Amino acid sequence: MRIEGVAAAAGYAEGPLFELDRPQGTYTGKATAAEERTSLETAIDKAVNRLVAMVGTADSDAAGILEFHIAMLEDDALSGPAFASIASGKAADAAWRQALGAEIAGYEASDQDYFRARATDLRDIRDQVLRALTEDDQRAAPAGAILYGADIAPTRFLQTDWSHGGGIALKAGSTASHVAMLARSRGVPMVVGLGEPFTGAAGMALLDAEHGNIVVAPSLPEIGAFRQAASAFAARQGKARTFLARPAATRAGTAVRVQVNIADPGDVDAIDIATCDGVGLMRTEFLFGKTLPDEETQYRGYRKVLEWAGGKPVTIRTVDAGGDKPVPGFTVEEGNPFLGLRGVRLSLARPDIFRVQIRALLRAAPHGNLKVMFPMIATSEEYERAAALFAEEQAALAARGIAQRMPPLGIMVEVPSVAIAPEAFAGVAFLSIGSNDLTQYVMAAARDNAAVAHLNSVRHPAVLRLIGAVAAFGRENAIPVSLCGDAGGDPASIPSLLEAGLRDLSVAPAQLAMAKAAISDVPV
Amino acid sequence: MSATAEATVLITHDVGLHARPSVKFTKLAKSFAADVEIALAANGPWFDAKSIVKVMAAKAPKGTVLHVRANGDGASDAVRALIELVQRDFDEDAGHARSA
Repeated sequence: MRIEGVAAAAGYAEGPLFELDRPQGTYTGKATAAEERTSLETAIDKAVNRLVAMVGTADSDAAGILEFHIAMLEDDALSGPAFASIASGKAADAAWRQALGAEIAGYEASDQDYFRARATDLRDIRDQVLRALTEDDQRAAPAGAILYGADIAPTRFLQTDWSHGGGIALKAGSTASHVAMLARSRGVPMVVGLGEPFTGAAGMALLDAEHGNIVVAPSLPEIGAFRQAASAFAARQGKARTFLARPAATRAGTAVRVQVNIADPGDVDAIDIATCDGVGLMRTEFLFGKTLPDEETQYRGYRKVLEWAGGKPVTIRTVDAGGDKPVPGFTVEEGNPFLGLRGVRLSLARPDIFRVQIRALLRAAPHGNLKVMFPMIATSEEYERAAALFAEEQAALAARGIAQRMPPLGIMVEVPSVAIAPEAFAGVAFLSIGSNDLTQYVMAAARDNAAVAHLNSVRHPAVLRLIGAVAAFGRENAIPVSLCGDAGGDPASIPSLLEAGLRDLSVAPAQLAMAKAAISDVPV
Repeated sequence: MSATAEATVLITHDVGLHARPSVKFTKLAKSFAADVEIALAANGPWFDAKSIVKVMAAKAPKGTVLHVRANGDGASDAVRALIELVQRDFDEDAGHARSA
């Protein structure tokens, strides 16, 4: 059975389907009391971590309740009786149920309404741990599996080992989601928008993420055709790879700088610095992940990339949380997050968190050719406020005798106000066009909504005209302009971008070769 | 240096020493090295003030005279800080005694 979808990250994968949204299992008893004890400890930790993550986005009333649950779960007095009965041979789930049952009964017997009502909280606490206990802990997909489901969380993508192949097939999803972006950058084949017919699929499947379809329970001729197409694709990629080691140039010989986009400091381990002109965009929100990283963690991550790049430029973007990238404890829940408190707006609203990142960047700067840019700038005042924070932190570090350096500070051009009236930004060190967000804002089409995906095209004349205007503004004012959106690595968009005047693109590492090959075909 | 300290305070918070106040109370108690205990009567029973499960089990409603005692390093600081937290109604907005 062949199901059509939309290709989100090119490639071919053949393997067993692995369902992402499996129903909950039941608890399986362990062989020893020690293992039972570990299961319960792990389940309690898991429940606590989930609550901690929820506190970040909760209002103060809800946070009060969650913090009560966390405090109860972290109290040895609650789990003590359960661990005692595990030691005497009970299974983790029964022991926990019994221990909490006793607590619940104590509250239910109270003559005060308020205390009787707390029995509900205790039941909730009990069930959170039971859920964590009975979850299928063997949820890791087999090597080379095709992960399928309604959608996939970025953390799930990052936790998966893709070194043995595999792919992603989604009923919903979007080519502009962050997982799609990650998939392109790691070269993981991904198809989205497969829709309802895909429900309940199982067994072997062939994922064609070049054309955007999947074949479930394939016939022998289908397997043969698939393997042929897959090897033809690999051959084309191999040919493109011959461009990899050379500097990029158009057919007319015009030099084009091609840098890479990275998300995690570890990404650089798989990239040969000789094949690119530096890092055009290092995202930092994935570094933030589930918790806020401390200054030292950030400093080490930034320094690693700077040292890897040698003297080549590394442009690090300050945290662009919010929108579709929530960070617990940092971002806020909003009705319309793409138009809300995200990017530099959030950083300026939370200077306590922003200053930690600023200090880490200032300290990392002496270790390479660092440039720093701010996301979601809409007005020059935001740039000035962010730059002032850099100056303040630099002075504070200098006063303490800590090694630091002020990097050139630039901005992302992704809010249409900047692209339409760039003259307010004549004082910035550089401009980097974020084509994904610029396109979604110009076309009023959310990048994570498959229903409006057809509107989300960087090649719409309105978007290209803005890109051309920004490139011209940069030339006239001697401000370097680059582009770091997905369009930069898309062979179909590259001719339009170069024709619009861009000579500096930053692309996903997996697209480096194809992008250079595409550039060599452009006449300009 | 080891020390012992004990004091009492009237709980004026509307719901007493309950869920949210207990979180703050135990967090504060845990910030001291000394052993800290609470009781609803001078002769006990005494409950570990660092355990929210035990503090909740004390079931102290509004109007209770809470006994707080500590033993060990910083005992008197611990008792003073906890008494003050109760006197401040656990820093919760009760609609009075608080400016915007």
